[in-house]
Formats: sequence, structure tokens, C-alpha cells
Amino acid sequence: MRKVYLDHAATTPAHPKVVEAMMPFFTAKFGNPSNLHDVGREAKNAVEEARSKTAALIGSKPEEIFFTSSGTESNNFAIKGLAQANSQKGKHIIVSQVEHFSVLHPVKTLEKAGFAVTAVPPSREGLVDPAHISKAITKETVLVSVMHANNEIGTIQPIAEIGKITREKGILFHTDAVASVGWIPVDVQALGVDALSLSGHQFYGPKGAAALYVRKGVRIKPQIEGGVQEDGRRGGTENVPAIVGLGKAAEIAAADMGNRAASLTPLRDRLLAGLKQRVPDMFLNGHPERRLPHNVNVSFLYVEGESMLLFLNMEGIYVSSGSACTSRSLKSSHVLSCIGTDAAAANGTLLMTLGTGTSAEDVDYVLEKLPPIVERLRSMSPLYEDVVKSRKKT
Amino acid sequence: MEQYSSKVMEHFAHPHNVGEIENADGVGTVGNPVCGDVMRLYIKVDNNTITDAKFKTFGCGAAIATSSMVTDLVKGKTIDDALKISNAAVAEALGGLPKVKMHCSVLAEEALKSALDDYYKKKGIPSPVKMPAETGHEHEGE
Repeated sequence: MRKVYLDHAATTPAHPKVVEAMMPFFTAKFGNPSNLHDVGREAKNAVEEARSKTAALIGSKPEEIFFTSSGTESNNFAIKGLAQANSQKGKHIIVSQVEHFSVLHPVKTLEKAGFAVTAVPPSREGLVDPAHISKAITKETVLVSVMHANNEIGTIQPIAEIGKITREKGILFHTDAVASVGWIPVDVQALGVDALSLSGHQFYGPKGAAALYVRKGVRIKPQIEGGVQEDGRRGGTENVPAIVGLGKAAEIAAADMGNRAASLTPLRDRLLAGLKQRVPDMFLNGHPERRLPHNVNVSFLYVEGESMLLFLNMEGIYVSSGSACTSRSLKSSHVLSCIGTDAAAANGTLLMTLGTGTSAEDVDYVLEKLPPIVERLRSMSPLYEDVVKSRKKT
Repeated sequence: MEQYSSKVMEHFAHPHNVGEIENADGVGTVGNPVCGDVMRLYIKVDNNTITDAKFKTFGCGAAIATSSMVTDLVKGKTIDDALKISNAAVAEALGGLPKVKMHCSVLAEEALKSALDDYYKKKGIPSPVKMPAETGHEHEGE
């Protein structure tokens, strides 16, 4: 049976060259970068090389890259670290409602600690209007955080335009670029951001290594204390093999960047167009053009996401769902709800994210297997039964 | 999330008794599409005995499996015995359900009770059916 993994937004496999680069650092080159002897220095050099490669991918200086353990940690570090270190300037934070919980929850924590928060709503396509950010700014505003691309609906935000506004007003600007780095060009200078989160396993690096870019001269309060690592900003012995892997993944992504969007976009469009052609009563979530080249997020009316996911799994197709039933909290996606996707339709949502290994044959296999699954589930759906009956009457 | 038991997967992949019953003696629809599951259960009653049961369900794997199981369980039972089928019995017959999916078994019990209630109403008999307490979704945390 064909296996088609369309869940690259959840995680990607490590590139074979990434694994190859990492291996020596588990055994022969096992040193602690903090040690002055040759064994330690060897590890230190590898970490610094990875820092340079990661910096090169996003157009920053190596010393502006701080390694962390995950995108979640990077976002926590950025939000809490920037707000706490600069609170003398004011205690107001602006975010968008479509942010990942690793931004929204730290913001909630800061709110309890006395910060004021404005959460700007997106458009139906998931776009944040820079004018809304501009309007939300007060004298007290110290930090703005808007994600570069949304991890669920793939909408790419006008970060450079928001960056212009924050720069003019002298307000710190963080962007969560975990979903976009490695897939589309990301340049911190062009975006005009003061901080940016990225994560290795999102673009063929290993799990356990991520980074936060912090512009030189910007104060940030460490969140993991008690170590001199990462220039004193993030304590804890470095995860050297994973950091080396992240560096390698960044190097590969930088070299392959032009190619990725160019080859993924037609496949994404083939999948979406094919589904539209074969399945009635479905729609795309997110922006039709301003979206990640590998993201397809669609809602199928009258059917439930987990059921589709499980049937697809039986066919060797691996996807995610925005349905309430697939989340432990039994809540459907907050992203879908804040862009105004009807709650019942949100429960029938599938997120399919392609990867560099996805072929046209893979897409065609999904187009062959998914429509009958939707049809079968509709045939046993009481919601569909009601719709069919009411359509017959009119 | 906890994995489904093989019995749940079996009933999900090949559900029994899917469909509608024309001129059913009792029909019950419970649940809410916003929460992610709606069950509709049809029963045919002859001589105080449930001779046929069918369902249509919009929902997750557990919702479909519990619907399939509850229709299996009621077939051939007298109405009095059918009224005694609890959500726990449905879950147990399926080899257990993940904790977060137990509400699906509650929904199956509710769908059955709602269909029986409808049967009594259609017959013009005062309904003895007590709907189970709402122990469904706990919307908290993320």
C-alpha cells in the first residue's frame, strides 16, 4: 500500500544528511561546549557553525541566534523575556487572535502579572490588518507579536508592513515563524522584526533544537536561569547533536529555498482543485494566495474530521484534523473559530501539509481515496440526511 | 490521546445497522454538530420487542462505534430490557473507550432513550423514559 504522509506541519522527517551530520556528536564528538579542553572546543565549534548556518537562513548575525529546545520554548522566551526586560517602557502587549498557544498562553500569564493585552482579530482569510495593529498601539505598548504564517490555515501575514509601524513607534516586534522558516524565504531585515522563533523539526531538522533570533541590542530576560550557555540568555548544556542537525537543515533549506515553493505550490493547487472538482459542499480555510506553499486546509460539510482521518489512515494517508474530537479538550481549532469558520464545519476540517518528498502520484492517490470516504461518511450522517431532504422539498 | 480498542476500530470501519427505517416506531436524535457529534437512532417495535434498529451518526470514530454497538445491543430486546442499557454497557461491549471519548457512549444511551421516548409518545402512552444526566463534554483547557 502507498504511504502518503501529509502532516508536515506536525513534523518532518530529519533529512538523511542532517542525521549524518548529527551522529558523531553522540559518540566520538560528545564534548560539552562549556569546557575549554579540545573535546569541549570541538563541540563548541560545531554549535557555533550551526549558529552561523541558522543565522544565514534568516539573514541575521550569528550572535543574534539563541538556541532553545522547541518552537514553544522560543515563543515563551520571546514573549515573557521581551515583555519582562522592557516593562519600564510600558505594560501593553498586542498579539493577533490566530497566534499559536505558545504565544497566547504566555501572554495570558503576563496579563495576570499586570500587563494589558490587545488581541487583534484576523479577517475571514486569516489576515491581520496592519492598520488594526496601528490602531491598537498605545503609549504603553511595549511588544507586538504576530506570527509570520499560521500553522493551521497557512495564511502569510504582512509582517514587513507591521514591522514598519512598530519600528516607527519604537515598539518591539516578535514574529513566530515556526511554520514558515524553511518553506518560504524569511529575512529578518526585510521583515523588520526584533525577534523571530523557528524550529528545526518543522523543516527536516531534528526534534529538540529550535532558535530565537533577537536583534542585537534588544534586551531579553532569560527564562532558563543558572547557566552561562547561549551568552547567558538560556542556561542548560546545549543539545549539541540536535543543534548541529538544525544547522545542517538550515543549510539545506537555504540552498533549496527557490526550489521548495516552486515545486510545492503546483502540488498544493492540484490537491485543492482536485478535491473541489470531486467533492461538493467543501471550502478552503485561509487565504487562497497568501498561503504557505504546502498547506491545504479544507472543511467538508456534514462529516466529522476524526472519522475522515481514521479512514484515511487505513488507506495509508496521514493527515491532521481541526475537529473537536481529535483534540484532548474536545474544542475545535481556535484559529478556525476566530476566522469565523462555522463551528460545525470546523469539525469537518482536514489539514493536509505536503513535503519535499510529496509527488504528483501521492496527490492523485489522495484524490482517489478521500472523496469516497467523504461520500461514505455523508451517507451515514444525519446532518446530510436533513440537508438532502430539505433540498428535495425546495 | 489514548488509542481505540480493536473492537472500536472494527465497529468504526464496518459499522452495523447503518441507515434509516421508513415509518420507524421511534426516532431519537441527540447531540450537537458544534460539539462534533449527532446521533439519530431508529427503532422498529413489534409486540413490545425491538425487531430492528438503525442509525445515522455524524461524529468521531467512537461516536460511530457506539452507535453501531447500541443498535446491536437493542435488537431482539424487549423495551423494558432496552431501557436498562447503560452507556457503561455500550462502552464495555466495545472493549472500553478512551476517557475523553466516554461521552460518546453517553450519547448512544441518550439516542436510544430518545428513540424509546418517541415510541411511547407516538403510541400515546405516558413515557417512563428518564433521560440520563448530561455528563458529556467538559470544555476546559486546551
